[in-house]
Amino acid sequence: MFRGATQSAAVLVLVLLGGVIVSLIHGSGPSIRAFGFGFLTTQTWNPVTEKFGALGAIYGTVVTSLIAMLIGIPVSLGIAVFITELCPPWLKRPIGTAIELLAGIPSIIYGIWGLFVLAPFLQAQVQPVLIALFKPIPGLSTIFAGPPYGIGTFTAGIILSMMVLPYITSVTRDVFQTVPAVLKESAYGLGCTTWEVVRHVMLPYTRVGVIGGIMLGLGRALGETMAVTFVIGNAHRIAGSILAPGTTISAAIANEFAEAEGGLYTSALIESGLILFVITFLVLSAARLLLQRAEQKAQR
Amino acid sequence: MSFFRKTIKRGLLLGGAAALVIPAAFAADISGAGATFPYPIYSKWAATYKDKTGIGLNYQSIGSGGGIKQIKAKTVSFGATDKPLETKELDEAGLAQFPAIVGGVVPVVNLKGIAPGELTLDGATLADLFLGKIKSWNDPAIAKLNPKVKLPPTLVAVVHRSDGSGTSFLFTNYLSQSSPEWKDKVGAATAVEWPAGIGAKGNEGVSGIASQTDGAIGYVEYAYAKQNKMTYTKMINKDGKTVAPDSQAFQAAAANADWANAPAFYLILTNQPGPTSWPITGASFILVYKKAEDPATLLKVLKFYDWAFKNGQKAADELDYVPLPDKVVDLVEASWKANIKDAGGQPLWK
Repeated sequence: MFRGATQSAAVLVLVLLGGVIVSLIHGSGPSIRAFGFGFLTTQTWNPVTEKFGALGAIYGTVVTSLIAMLIGIPVSLGIAVFITELCPPWLKRPIGTAIELLAGIPSIIYGIWGLFVLAPFLQAQVQPVLIALFKPIPGLSTIFAGPPYGIGTFTAGIILSMMVLPYITSVTRDVFQTVPAVLKESAYGLGCTTWEVVRHVMLPYTRVGVIGGIMLGLGRALGETMAVTFVIGNAHRIAGSILAPGTTISAAIANEFAEAEGGLYTSALIESGLILFVITFLVLSAARLLLQRAEQKAQR
Repeated sequence: MSFFRKTIKRGLLLGGAAALVIPAAFAADISGAGATFPYPIYSKWAATYKDKTGIGLNYQSIGSGGGIKQIKAKTVSFGATDKPLETKELDEAGLAQFPAIVGGVVPVVNLKGIAPGELTLDGATLADLFLGKIKSWNDPAIAKLNPKVKLPPTLVAVVHRSDGSGTSFLFTNYLSQSSPEWKDKVGAATAVEWPAGIGAKGNEGVSGIASQTDGAIGYVEYAYAKQNKMTYTKMINKDGKTVAPDSQAFQAAAANADWANAPAFYLILTNQPGPTSWPITGASFILVYKKAEDPATLLKVLKFYDWAFKNGQKAADELDYVPLPDKVVDLVEASWKANIKDAGGQPLWK
């Protein structure tokens, strides 16, 4: 009886997942037939002439998540290490609670805060400095080209990094706490610095958990909708500069699905949802593969 | 203790009253879904109508596209759309269409030292601004229309809606009529491939970004611009006259339009003639089945709108919507009589 109940709960997930995939593929049928592979390689998104390509949204999804991870991972790991190793005991609880509260804030609040507080601040204080700083360096000067709109891919990445922070932090903090005290004490006893203990004892011991936390955060960053919609500028264009407006797949769907007229438009939006599904799947399986490789190496 | 007891007593009384009222209301409710633009006025009308008649209206503002899908799937008694359907699509689905409320779209700017209504634009200049062709505010094209205004050399920052919306449809439709280049390159729809600028979600997003960005130009619904005291521009209309956006100007556009000769009321109120007509005006439409499967409910829908046309003007004014002009109401009700039939083929509306 109990076995049957748990089993059917597990099967239900598979059925749901299968149902989602089938209906996504079915819904994107007209768009796949009309645009074929070109859907992935063009960035035209014209509802009037019904010419659609998702490259702009795919690019925006990947770049915003990348920025979020570049900022989010070091900061989260830093917080987790601080809490488990360096923090005075009376400060542990407040920091831990604050991190967990961050996870509870609805994404629309992040979006509105981003639009009304963060974006004007970045526009006035941060972006002009970045533009001036990187101007003489070829390559970086294109990535940080003006004008400073305040909102754009860069701002979306920053908001996302704040949103993934609690996920990565709480998972890594928990796994850091599983490191046996004996291991750490012996490393300290050998004269290791805190950095050396973290680098050579804690991280190798908790590798699987840490990567799991990062993947959880990345999953959130790839799929986040509302907060991104508010601050990314929603342009289906690929700009060289990360300060320019862009869009992500989930933002485009949230923006346009309600008023999408005609089968092809709706279908193109569904197909971009399918692509997001595939991207997330690829990222997760890549992470699994990475972990397996690392474990095999460790066993040898 | 006595305070507690009182509270509990009151709670029980209220609960009892609600239990008595709710079943009755559920039985008589009509349901609709669609456009977000008229949602505030429909829900205000619905509340007043329910007080008067006991018949409630459950309106889901899920967007025009959603409204069209829902009425075609017959999950609601009526659909609402900001963009009228063409006769062919109506006939295929067996639907009738009529306008219910009028509103307007207003360009808004953020320029230091420019007061609301100080700046005047025309359709061609507005299109060039949104095409990204006019780069700075002291451009000769703008200066020519505003000889008395001291224009700053600020760069133009275009802000448009990122979500599909009837507001964008009216705006792009007007730009298409005013500029051949806009018509060729961009066209008119609830969402288009914007050649320039930043996309923001909803009126609040557009106004948020516009108010933060020096040199911004965007467009919002009139009610939103008025209630938030935004810096709107005047427009030069089809007759070459300069008009300010207000309810008289929208009503003039609605009254001057040639409704009588528009099949199924397919009429977009942009760029209408008349010296006082605001050029970016639009009506929001209701979709119902011509041959009702449930004539009693359909009749309730028609009665609700009949009541709203005749008694809802004040509520519309308060919310900065524009009620339909009387002669348009007459045309709408005549079309009900002619087109909407019960199961036996008799006119439902008498």
